[in-house]
Amino acid sequence: MAFTLYSLIQTAILCINAVAVLHEERFLSKFGWGVDQGVGGFGDDPGVKAQILTLIRSVRTVMRVPLIIVNAACIVLLLLFG
Amino acid sequence: MDYTATQSGFRQRKLQPDMRLRNSSVDGTDGSQLFEDTSAAASGSQTGNQQAGLQAAGFPSLSDPMSNLAMAYGSSLASQGREMVDKNLDRFIPISKLKYYFAVDTVYVGKKLGLLVFPYMHENWEVSYQQDTPVAPRFDVNAPDLYIPAMGFITYILVAGLALGTQNKFSPELLGVQASSALVWLIMEVLAVLLSLYLVTVNTDLTTIDLLAFSGYKYVGMIVGVVAGLLFGKPAYYLSLLWCCAAIFVFMIRTLRLKLLSEAAAEGRLVRGARNQLRMYLTMSIAAAQPIFMYWLTYHLIR
Repeated sequence: MAFTLYSLIQTAILCINAVAVLHEERFLSKFGWGVDQGVGGFGDDPGVKAQILTLIRSVRTVMRVPLIIVNAACIVLLLLFG
Repeated sequence: MDYTATQSGFRQRKLQPDMRLRNSSVDGTDGSQLFEDTSAAASGSQTGNQQAGLQAAGFPSLSDPMSNLAMAYGSSLASQGREMVDKNLDRFIPISKLKYYFAVDTVYVGKKLGLLVFPYMHENWEVSYQQDTPVAPRFDVNAPDLYIPAMGFITYILVAGLALGTQNKFSPELLGVQASSALVWLIMEVLAVLLSLYLVTVNTDLTTIDLLAFSGYKYVGMIVGVVAGLLFGKPAYYLSLLWCCAAIFVFMIRTLRLKLLSEAAAEGRLVRGARNQLRMYLTMSIAAAQPIFMYWLTYHLIR
């Protein structure tokens, strides 16, 4: 399996894009993974589900603008150089 | 600071006060004396050298005040630039923290390699602390270091090149491919472990570099397996790989048990509760991933 660092960057961009397109209302709420179900119990044990929801929401918030820039750059580069 | 010896004598004299200051501050702040202080001996010989060098070179431009000024300005600019680079680099790669992981000596490396191949007799797996900071690896065989993983990685690439050569498949690009492939797997493993540690909300003092060190310890087993396979054939490869896989499995579990599990569970008592069970599964899966990677990264080398 010949992995290169370039394929790692590609994988990272694709995965973060996949997490960023999970829409709150239209998709996650149907599964019971909406923003209101995330903050469940207090105390020192949030649980795996709450952690995943927090992670998804924070990735969406933080990476929105950088992803726009990175995706635009990728599109331009792929158009120019194949 | 080796390159000062190759610079001109004049610039050496200008930079010398800054260098001595930096050396003393570094040795002063890490109170545990990670490395021996050889700066006193080096600077003594350096001042002797540049005095002689200055007279021997016979700099004619020293008399000209304009070029004096220019040289002073140029050297101060250079030192400013270097300070800025150091400061910014320190923000991205914590160089002072990295130094801790390379403070090893031969005895430690020998003991650690023995521990990686035969961890069954070792009893005390705790890392000793010294006033809230972990002791340097030189003084404690349980502390993680980055020297063995780094050397192991490079040796693995070289041994992989050798093994591919015996199969008549070698070409210099293949070394680069092997290196980047192994590096990518290492990065992915560290990221996966970080993600799972975040999801299970473990309160641990394991840093990313610690995880990198632990993931790098498997290269030792891989090298042993591949070398045995090259010397004695396929059965020897499988046997030694099996032995090293079991050894690294036990090593990882015993090391991670103290860091990830709660106090009671680490002592071996059976503690109920979903969270402790999750932590136990996490430790098991991290340890079990090591043999899988070891086999995955070496089976194509022994055909």
